[in-house]
Amino acid sequence: MKRLLERSHALLTAPVGATPRVLALVAALLIVPTYVAPLWNLTMFAPQYGDGLRLDIYSYKLEGGNHGQDLKEINLLNHYIGMHDLAEEDFREFKWMPFVLGGLALVFLRAAVMGRVLDLLDSLVVFSYVGLFSLWSFGYKLYSYGHDLAPGAPVKIPPFMPPMIGGAQLANFEVYSYPGLGSYALFAVGFALAAALLLGVRASLRRPAAAPVARGGP
Amino acid sequence: MADTKLWTRIAVALAAVGTLALAVGCPPSKPKGSKRPAGASDIAVAAEKTYVPPGDLDEYYMFSSGGHSGQVFVYGIPSMRHITTIPVFAPYSGTGYGFDDETKAMLGNLTWGDVHHPALSETGGDYDGRWLFVNEMNGRVARIDLRDFKTRQIFGPVPNISGNHGSTFITPNSEYVLMSSRFSIPIPKGKAVSIDRYASEYKGVAAGLKIDPKTGQMSLGWQVLLPPFDWDLGDAGKKLSEGWFFLTCYNSERATGKLEVTASQRDRDYIAAIDWRLAEKSAAEGKGELIGGVKVLDPKTIPGLVYLMPCGKSPHGVDVSPDGKYVVGSGKLQGVTTAFNFEKVLTAIKNKDFAGDEDGIPVLKYESIKDAEVPVGLGPLHTQFGPDGMAYTSLFVDSALAKWKLGTWEVLDKVPMSYSTGHLAAAEGDTVSPDGKWLVGLNKLSHGRHLSVGPSQPESSQLVDISGDKMKLVYDAFTEPEPHYAQIIKADKLKPIEVYPKEENKHPLAIWDVKDAGVTRKGNEVLAKVVVVRSSMTPSLIEVNEGDTVKVALTNIEQTTDELHGFGLLDYNINIVLDPGETKTVTFKADKPGVFPYYCTNFCSALHQEMQGYLVVKPK
Repeated sequence: MKRLLERSHALLTAPVGATPRVLALVAALLIVPTYVAPLWNLTMFAPQYGDGLRLDIYSYKLEGGNHGQDLKEINLLNHYIGMHDLAEEDFREFKWMPFVLGGLALVFLRAAVMGRVLDLLDSLVVFSYVGLFSLWSFGYKLYSYGHDLAPGAPVKIPPFMPPMIGGAQLANFEVYSYPGLGSYALFAVGFALAAALLLGVRASLRRPAAAPVARGGP
Repeated sequence: MADTKLWTRIAVALAAVGTLALAVGCPPSKPKGSKRPAGASDIAVAAEKTYVPPGDLDEYYMFSSGGHSGQVFVYGIPSMRHITTIPVFAPYSGTGYGFDDETKAMLGNLTWGDVHHPALSETGGDYDGRWLFVNEMNGRVARIDLRDFKTRQIFGPVPNISGNHGSTFITPNSEYVLMSSRFSIPIPKGKAVSIDRYASEYKGVAAGLKIDPKTGQMSLGWQVLLPPFDWDLGDAGKKLSEGWFFLTCYNSERATGKLEVTASQRDRDYIAAIDWRLAEKSAAEGKGELIGGVKVLDPKTIPGLVYLMPCGKSPHGVDVSPDGKYVVGSGKLQGVTTAFNFEKVLTAIKNKDFAGDEDGIPVLKYESIKDAEVPVGLGPLHTQFGPDGMAYTSLFVDSALAKWKLGTWEVLDKVPMSYSTGHLAAAEGDTVSPDGKWLVGLNKLSHGRHLSVGPSQPESSQLVDISGDKMKLVYDAFTEPEPHYAQIIKADKLKPIEVYPKEENKHPLAIWDVKDAGVTRKGNEVLAKVVVVRSSMTPSLIEVNEGDTVKVALTNIEQTTDELHGFGLLDYNINIVLDPGETKTVTFKADKPGVFPYYCTNFCSALHQEMQGYLVVKPK
């Protein structure tokens, strides 16, 4: 048992090579796009809206297509079915998301500097936690908008779950929802961290003989 | 037996008469000239050339005058589809024009106008797509802003101008809109002089309205006093002839009464050449006399201001070639169109090569300035131009168009029109760089070439393909009364907006939130601020007292294309239509007690029917 703990301690504190460190740095840099590119895109088409109504969701704001007009139009249309207005002030995520993403970048930078397996593992775990929580939160938001419909709305429709990824037909609208550039950057962060961790672990596992020597030998 | 023989003889005699009748011939059921192979185009080719599939756009806009309908019609070319009507001089309930306070004030007391000659604004002699100017006979000129296709200014009636037919012609850099009197009167207006003194006391007038280069706003410029001829049509010189304004006339006889006869006696009337730069300069120097509130310049006292070019006979149209060298005048009672060489005109002026004068205005010698009399056909009226020196002249009497070449003066082709073409319009055909391609004959008569609609028949506009050597008639369109002239501009030169941006709406009564909507009162003046948006009007109840003056200020807060809303108030003759982002007001006296519904007239959404409210007028 002690040996196992020692071995795991040795593995976690083992220094990693240059590649995993660079990957951690890349992961930190990949956070930058999330400040300038949307995390998610919603596009709705109907016969009357041949060019589509577009909505970009950033980590800190909503942005309608056509200079913001599309968001107004989406809200105007949604009022017929009693859906709440999509309003930035209702997205608490926008308050903490940019800080959390910045925090993640700092954690990745720290991993690049410290250069241990442990730091890479921390990075990946924290990142996965934030990522999965954000996805769930986003899904829950969509669910709430589709289900919390005003009872007095002119048009009554059964509550619905808007698509998170992919397309769906909602009344006269074809609705498409896909991750935006920011999210793809985040997926890349996940891959970079996973790859860094794998490379780091594999390198340290391939040096079993060297480890005792380092500790002064049996 | 004898009977049989008799019958045989009669039969033979009848057969002989019949054969003779066939041999000699009987009257044809159609004129032999009705077989017009030159004009008949291959149907499949014509269909393909003019067919614009659903969803596709036309290549050109055509702005066609609406004549005494008072409006301007917008067509797409080559489909010849009527796309929209721009109301100008007459109320138009389809867009609520003439019902809201602003357009009602713009129309004034005149609720009709006889629109004749639209002119697109120009820069360097080419259409710049900013404004469209149109005249009407009551002496007014309107400006349509092509950013939103709306009439933005109606200027006039301009003092001293009577029967503003010879208008609007625009100078190559949109400095001036030119106009003139067709029916000479004693000036200023209001002065009554016996018709016996027509020749000396009645005055023809030509005017230049100044155009603000930034806003397009028109203002009084200067006017030029002319003899009492009937000043008919004009064109501004360009390039070589820039700075001059040409104006035709009939009735140089100075006749009165039955002009049909009395004004058709002389073999030649005139085209006046007016040096408008000199007019501008003279007015700026304080020359001229203030008549009716405008500086009127008398050519007698300003040498070089006006010259008269003799042109046969009773000329109608005058058109300047793209290079500005030729001034083409068409004597409508002749079989030729006359091409004057403007270089020769300038030489004749320099050499004082005059044949006399009219009220002190020098008359140039016809032989010295004319380059050619082109035998285009009977009743030539107007000329348009294509690239490579091609010219196209409408023939009213012949009911045809003639194609001919500047310089060689050869008549190259003719195409019959149905029927009696007045103006014709070629793609950018009056600019310094005509496109060719398309030509539209604006015909006065359609004579049942359409499904019958009773005695009140529409006019016809026919599309002619002029891209090849031979002109080809390819499409018949029927238009409401009554297209005179038209302008055809490449579609990509216009970039209209489709909503009024909220940030540009500076109307003092605009509101953008239902929270600001409501009814306020000051004495017996009631102001209702109404927000209009899918699918409600807020407030949905306006209560006033009988005798109140009610102002309803409506704002359509939509910013989505084609989300127009209407405000129809029953029994009060109120009909407002609001484009997205637009604010309009309507003021009326609540003189009828009762309950009056108002509702959205412009179908907007699935719940359009529910978009309604009530005006309650409580009795005294």
